[in-house]
Amino acid sequence: MTEFALRMIGVSKSFPGVLALDKVDLDVLPGEVHVLLGENGAGKSTLMKVLSGAVTRDAGEIELDGRRVEIETPRDAQALGIRIIYQELTLVPYLTAAENIFLGREPCSMPGLVDSRRMRAEASQLLAGLGLRIDPDRPVREMGIAQQQMVEVAKALVDNARVLVMDEPTSALTTTEIDELFATINRLTARGTAIIYISHRLEELARIGNRVTVLRDGRKVATHRIGDVDIPHLIRLMANRDLAEHFPKRRVPPGQPLLEVRGLRRQGVLHDIDLTVRAGEVVGVAGLLGAGRTEMARAIVGADPHDAGDIRVKGIPVHFRHPAEAIRRGIGFMPEDRKTQGLIQMLSVGENTTLAALPRFSRGGFLKRREAAAVASKLVKDLRIRTPSLDQPVAQLSGGNQQKVVLAKWLATGADILIMDEPTRGIDIGAKVEIYELMNQLTARGAGILMISSELTEVLGMSDRILVMHAGRIAAEFDAAGATQEQLLRAALGQAV
Amino acid sequence: MTSTFGRRQFGTLVGLLGLCVLLTILTPHFLTISNLLNITEQTTINAVISVGMTFVILSGGIDLSVGSIVAVAGVCLATALQNHVPLAVALGVALGVGALCGLLNGLLITVGRLAPFIATLGMMSIARGIALLYTDGRPVSGFDPSFRALSTSRPLMIPAPVILMLFVYIAGHFLLTRTTFGRYVYAIGGNEEATRLSGVRVGVHKTLIYVIAGLTSGMAAIILTARLNSAQPIAGFMYELDAIAATVIGGTSLLGGSGTLVGTLIGSLIMGVLRNGLNLLGISSFLQQVVIGSVIIAAVLLDGILNARAQRARAARTARGEKREEPKREAAERI
Repeated sequence: MTEFALRMIGVSKSFPGVLALDKVDLDVLPGEVHVLLGENGAGKSTLMKVLSGAVTRDAGEIELDGRRVEIETPRDAQALGIRIIYQELTLVPYLTAAENIFLGREPCSMPGLVDSRRMRAEASQLLAGLGLRIDPDRPVREMGIAQQQMVEVAKALVDNARVLVMDEPTSALTTTEIDELFATINRLTARGTAIIYISHRLEELARIGNRVTVLRDGRKVATHRIGDVDIPHLIRLMANRDLAEHFPKRRVPPGQPLLEVRGLRRQGVLHDIDLTVRAGEVVGVAGLLGAGRTEMARAIVGADPHDAGDIRVKGIPVHFRHPAEAIRRGIGFMPEDRKTQGLIQMLSVGENTTLAALPRFSRGGFLKRREAAAVASKLVKDLRIRTPSLDQPVAQLSGGNQQKVVLAKWLATGADILIMDEPTRGIDIGAKVEIYELMNQLTARGAGILMISSELTEVLGMSDRILVMHAGRIAAEFDAAGATQEQLLRAALGQAV
Repeated sequence: MTSTFGRRQFGTLVGLLGLCVLLTILTPHFLTISNLLNITEQTTINAVISVGMTFVILSGGIDLSVGSIVAVAGVCLATALQNHVPLAVALGVALGVGALCGLLNGLLITVGRLAPFIATLGMMSIARGIALLYTDGRPVSGFDPSFRALSTSRPLMIPAPVILMLFVYIAGHFLLTRTTFGRYVYAIGGNEEATRLSGVRVGVHKTLIYVIAGLTSGMAAIILTARLNSAQPIAGFMYELDAIAATVIGGTSLLGGSGTLVGTLIGSLIMGVLRNGLNLLGISSFLQQVVIGSVIIAAVLLDGILNARAQRARAARTARGEKREEPKREAAERI
């Protein structure tokens, strides 16, 4: 029988209301690069969190080198030689490569006194062993992203990591840097390190992976040898065909163009974006993380600058330099993170609801408090925001109700063009459906909605038209009626449609 | 935004009253009308500066230059008075100098993108230096009685500075609770990015906040100069720390976004009563510093403990009762 480096057997994990992992099996051979594939919310992150001890599993077993192990905390995982390299690197910019590699595990000549010479020597050796030419004395902030990543790899290997998880390691790398990374990975596997590799760049998989496991909706769909499957087949496996969620989409015949964007450009971020949102229309925007969807929205409303492009709102040419100007033209922008960008947690429901519309509720700088409260309480009622009172701090509301407060804030301004970035992220099904219903009401009244979402089912279920972004461009446009998840995925992954 | 007189303000008021009861028991000289008036009068300067400091701290900033602004505004006021300009003009000079210093602070922070700590630390030294240069280090003394009346007169038995202080508090409170500007002060302190995305011109409002801090420092300079019948270039030394202490004891979060002027007023009264009581008890000024420092730390420690307890109680209610945040499974992953 083969000796697996790592086996995860029947791992389950549920959060209230959601089964995030349902009896998932994953095994990785020594010296293997095992690719983990799956859509948003398929369970990849949760599975890796179970492995790293960040999340405690409800059921299932984990074996390392055939021996059953208990992983309850991140410390346990570290002690067992399980290392994860996250997409966002966790290096201290002002420390050198050597200092970062040994952070928290500095070799000491006597307790408390770092033996810098030994630390440097060991770091050099470690880096050389990975075939890297990196000066151990160089502060990491002076390095490119690729080199920083190598330092991260070296850091993970200080105590001979047995299993190394790499989450989207190539997303920020150039072609030559990717070659270097793959060479390093090959050196690691030659030593017998087991690697779990999470990536969406399907064309890379054949180059680096041995086997691939596909997750969907918290279940393992299949494990294949890479040579046995082609890319279209993998996309079919990832795509979720049963539309379990309810999308109460109501179509409205589109009216006049409300928002027209032509040739929107921002150096290195956005390239010649064209789009139109008409009255009564929901235009969905799909794409991977980093495809430029949020950046596009922020550039349109003036939250970020842009280098070129014509924007027209209701036919009038505009160039917003501050979100205040966009608001005056009737645009509302619901940012992707309601906690840090959408709401002011310390302020009350009423104060958050009226924040963007305060100029309307004041005369000469003085608040018309009664009027503001009347509008706020009407919105709370209309949007069925469940809160004991207008004075409730918004932080104490559930995610769904918080999101409704963000929407209420824009409705209070009288916005008829809404840009919604991940409008239903992290909220329960019931609240999602309520948000969808509100979108229907808005479009019925002649509003236009640009909806950015990472949930393909949502994009398909709620849009009239769908734009797919890839690498800062609109890669494809679909009529929602005929589009499939596979088509959207292919476009988002940069494949020919 | 916290309500004007919430749990936290009530706690501070209980602290103030407790302190008064204790001092009444310990010394017969405490609870006399003349002493209480004395305390209020001595509190006015710190209390007025603390109004501006509260605006600044509510917005998530800090102003270390208020004490030095008191000095520079004071010496400008004094020279104006000695040159026999009309009283209103002289007062305008004090307020104008204060506002100008505040404007510079604000522009350095918003346009120059400096951390408030750094910008106002620089201003602290610059304003002090200018006050010293301008007067060659010597006090400017002796003014017309019409100016001194700002300190000495007692309309309705109430010392004029106390009336000025109340006026500043009422105006400040009105500004914070009844105007869009006040709402934005809380919003900026609570979450600057979310405020900007809500279409608020954060830079303009932040600049105005530091102008207000400069204005209240100018106001304090007027009261101080009238009381001492003299403007000293070394006046206001360390006043910034008293103002920060009064604001924080009064329940304003140093992180911004939460607090009230009612709390700040109680906070500066606590500082005043404490100083007065320690003097009445004949405690050495060296030991006084130790006591005052301890009270500041104790007040904030207690606040932290009570807040943590309130949060735990809330969490427990949540766990028992209604479900709150749904799991963010999809938030963790992107396709």
